[in-house]
Amino acid sequence: MKILVAISQTPETTARIAFKNEGTIFDTNGVNFIMNPYDEWYALVRALELKEQKGGSVTVIHCGPPANEVIIRKALAIGADDAVRINMEPLSAHAIATQIAAYAKDQSFDVIFTGKETIDYNESLVGGMVAELLDLPFISHVSKLVYNDAVASVTRDIEGGEEEIEVTGPYVVSAAKGLAEQRIPNMRGIMSAKTKPLQVITPVPEESTADYIHFQVPAAKSSVKMIDPNDMDELVRLLHEEAKVI
Amino acid sequence: MVLVVAETLDGKIKNSSFETVYYGSKLAEMLGSSCTALILGPCSDGGRLGSFGAKEVLQVEDQALNSFDSQVHTKVVTQIAKEQGAKVVIVADSSNGKSILGRLSIALKAGPVRGANKLPELKDGKLNFQRPVFSGKAIATCRVNTEIAVISLMGNSLKPQNTGAEVAVKAINVEIPASKTKVVKVERSVGIVPLPEAQIVVSAGRGMKDPSNWGIVEDLAAVLGATTACSRPVADSGWRPHHEHVGQTGIAIRPNLYIAIGISGAIQHLAGVNSSKVIVVINKDPEAPFFKAADYGVCGDLFEIVPKFTEALKKFKSSHH
Repeated sequence: MKILVAISQTPETTARIAFKNEGTIFDTNGVNFIMNPYDEWYALVRALELKEQKGGSVTVIHCGPPANEVIIRKALAIGADDAVRINMEPLSAHAIATQIAAYAKDQSFDVIFTGKETIDYNESLVGGMVAELLDLPFISHVSKLVYNDAVASVTRDIEGGEEEIEVTGPYVVSAAKGLAEQRIPNMRGIMSAKTKPLQVITPVPEESTADYIHFQVPAAKSSVKMIDPNDMDELVRLLHEEAKVI
Repeated sequence: MVLVVAETLDGKIKNSSFETVYYGSKLAEMLGSSCTALILGPCSDGGRLGSFGAKEVLQVEDQALNSFDSQVHTKVVTQIAKEQGAKVVIVADSSNGKSILGRLSIALKAGPVRGANKLPELKDGKLNFQRPVFSGKAIATCRVNTEIAVISLMGNSLKPQNTGAEVAVKAINVEIPASKTKVVKVERSVGIVPLPEAQIVVSAGRGMKDPSNWGIVEDLAAVLGATTACSRPVADSGWRPHHEHVGQTGIAIRPNLYIAIGISGAIQHLAGVNSSKVIVVINKDPEAPFFKAADYGVCGDLFEIVPKFTEALKKFKSSHH
């Protein structure tokens, strides 16, 4: 199987979120960056497991500047065979999807993985966009993916349950929790990652369809109203009369 | 015009679609145009969407659309959006909506906004939508640069008003391409409102000490008609199923009322729940960070407080009905 995994770089989950230049730019000062957890823990690892079962190769693709190669090397250390970096500032899902589709178009990948969303912009857009650009099936929020011969059985999360879908031929999936278990790169992986192929590609032209023009941090809640633990009638009264939620 | 894709469940309009359509009608008002609702697959009560602001309700009745396939649904919606000259296409921010949003944006060459949470502003002829980013830690303004916008509407963004009369559903025929996927099984828990759609959520964490103690959480949820949820450590240790995990790497929710029991409030948990309208925190540790994000706090032994809270609610419910 020939597998492509799109990986993205995000601030770590505990990062302080602040903006600069009058709320137009994310302030990266003091922020540590990681591989997007959905890409690393679930998409990449399930791709590697499929390769281990069925043979083939796993390529990771990332749209970003040279500094982001840290996460690419990590993906290679975890077990990807080779990597592609599109040399660009990734400004929108459309920009990223355009590059991934342009790269994948003539490569006949059997499966293209993305994470279900990045933990920064939470858009959930790239997978569907790539699938549409390549005219492939797309199954989102996938928590299980197994093969019965040539047929992939894919389980996706839906509201209050799950749906099992069969698909043959190439397709795109976005990975959700449960698809795989996180792998920690070992020393051998880290060493071999240094010499695995990393191809750098110039982006194809793209026209932005939507832009982020402003960010703000929501106003902090006014201070909490503490209720006497022996007076739950008071809590009920407040929820009814003041908060009006019951 | 504004085209809203309404969702159905078991041949009936989903409650969440009344909000999507109502939002569509308000947006249409703003743009000086009208709102058309689109139903894909069999549905017996589509006319109700008229009461929530749809001037017209279109339906493609074909059984083939009953099974969801993002590729097929995108082609059908795209075809209709083009025929109708839609300037805004709205889907729910649901599993299906999110599966077609990116696709539609490519097919219609339309700027996408995932999870808009209020009506946009019109500035210099362009629509500016607000949406939560960084798992709710910030709000972004997203400007759509294209002639057409496709957006998914975050649930619980505005309260749908039943304002008008039902309209007649107009059946339309479109070419439905063959699906390359096959839905073989659909499983849904019956009788429970799914977390993303729940108005009230009762959530518990490690403070519960043992999965066998969950009875008091379920009792509280039952009296409130709430859906139960849990923190990540609870899901990871197998105390509760993963689909109950709310937080940054679980489900992000925004109910009217979120009750957190025995959850300290780590930043990753807060990220997934802090868009809730009202937060109640019950914790024995007065220093628990969650109290800072709460509207109402109760500090003490949850094993005493939760049953008392349930009793007080029962008393309230019986005197108010």
